Amino acid sequence: MNVKMQTQHLSAWYGSKKAIEDVTMDIEEHAVTAIIGPSGCGKSTLIRCLDRMHEILPKTRVEGKVLLDGEDIYEQPAVAVRRKVGMVFQKPNPFPTMTIYDNVAAGLKLGGIRDPDELDGRVIRSLKQAVLWDEVQDGTGKSGMSLSGGQQQRLCIARALAVEPEVLLMDEPCSALDPIATAKIEDLIFDLKKDYTVVIVTHNMQQAARVADWTAFMYLGKLIEFGRTRELFEHPREELTEKYITGRFG
Amino acid sequence: MKLRFDRAARRIWKDRAMSTAALACVVVALVPLGSILFTAASQGIQSLNPGFFTSAVPPPCGSASTETCTPGGVGNAIEGTLVLVGLASLVAMPVGVLAGIYLSEYGNNRLGRGVRFFVDVMLQIPSIVVGIFAYTLIFELGRAGWTDPRSVFSTLTGVLALATIMVPIIARTSEEALKLVPNATREAALALGLPKHRVITGVVLGSARSGLVTGALLGVARVSGETAPLIMTAFGSPYFFQGLNQPIAAMPLVIYTFGLSPYPNWQHLAWGAAFVLVLMMLGISVVSRLALRGRFSLAEVAR
Repeated sequence: MNVKMQTQHLSAWYGSKKAIEDVTMDIEEHAVTAIIGPSGCGKSTLIRCLDRMHEILPKTRVEGKVLLDGEDIYEQPAVAVRRKVGMVFQKPNPFPTMTIYDNVAAGLKLGGIRDPDELDGRVIRSLKQAVLWDEVQDGTGKSGMSLSGGQQQRLCIARALAVEPEVLLMDEPCSALDPIATAKIEDLIFDLKKDYTVVIVTHNMQQAARVADWTAFMYLGKLIEFGRTRELFEHPREELTEKYITGRFG
Repeated sequence: MKLRFDRAARRIWKDRAMSTAALACVVVALVPLGSILFTAASQGIQSLNPGFFTSAVPPPCGSASTETCTPGGVGNAIEGTLVLVGLASLVAMPVGVLAGIYLSEYGNNRLGRGVRFFVDVMLQIPSIVVGIFAYTLIFELGRAGWTDPRSVFSTLTGVLALATIMVPIIARTSEEALKLVPNATREAALALGLPKHRVITGVVLGSARSGLVTGALLGVARVSGETAPLIMTAFGSPYFFQGLNQPIAAMPLVIYTFGLSPYPNWQHLAWGAAFVLVLMMLGISVVSRLALRGRFSLAEVAR
């Protein structure tokens, strides 16, 4: 296994409430890693620790290490980490007053890239990677809010890809979408792992089984089991995991 | 079954009564507005002619039947109000918007709460007191030798007073406008690896622009009609703009002085000035609404 990211004894707090405790796991390069578990088990908190988004909320704290290519991201500037580790959120959140084009170009433009040819190229490539180009190529000047929910989420994926991250984190990216839009995003995730390392949080076990190479099961802030998706679903080592995937709680 | 019918009938009746009451309240609220517009228009429209907008105020006339009256207008007061409000906006808008950004984006701490409290206090200060503040400040600066003591009654003092009134209004409305931007938008921008100041200037301000413009307009509208703070600062003047250190005319001052004067030609001008001032406010509001209708007017209406 070619390790891209690694958490070492990672714990995170909201005020005095411990949300995740002593999580140690590896994330394979060019693979999809899913994090599953019941609501409130800390899976979103864990993924937000991977690009230092946890700390933007007030009174939060992180302990332990998160390594990206062997270096601790908490020793690097947060801005630089987030350029390498992109994120897609649960609810589609395009920038409301920007066009489709500007939404995708936002990270580049505000990051200082001015050359119109380079911007065009990267915006088109990102939209194609997010499989949105065919649907919007005639109207990239329209507001991002004019798209449907599923299209908005793919727009957000294109926006995250435009700044060329190495890792893409997705926090329940399909939970606000209908089944057809969900299927499109899942196909897209499958394609993305050729170029990116993908970590996806999902409350949907079938989704994890469909898209992920590795699966981590969390419960009450602890990492209960981590392994190859197939193994974890077919031969779980832990009793808790088995109970959860067979639907006996959660 | 009968009971049910009665209940339904009672609910319909109640609904109609409440709707009628609400409508009646709207009418009551609109009566003064309509009355003001109608009176200002019907009385003021007679004084409107080209000279009204281009000439400076005339000497008093019309109390004795033998006099011949020099025609005049309030051109200098229109110019004066534009200069005063324009310069005050130039000072107050950056200060107010920046203060609003601080309060909304960085003010979630003890200092921020303190600043917010004092901004709220400033909002409540009677405008005449602000006038006294500007007067005293320039007067004391003059005594200390920093400014010309003769420039106490001047454009600059008037601008200082109006800007002092505008800043807290714009700061608070900007803060509220920025707080309406969803946190998801900020998170999305932060997750792209943008530093916080670029997130604010590049994404948050844009998302809040209609609220920011509305806030700035509220500030402009509020000070355009202010009379009290100008009495002891801008002072009023029968001439067109003479310089930043000289007294300057203003529409509300003309309405105040001329409206209370015993001279018929001045009284007519006051009516005309009142009508034009109302039109100016309406114009500012309409123009900026139109300017705001950018490329996404439809999308924004749909939301």
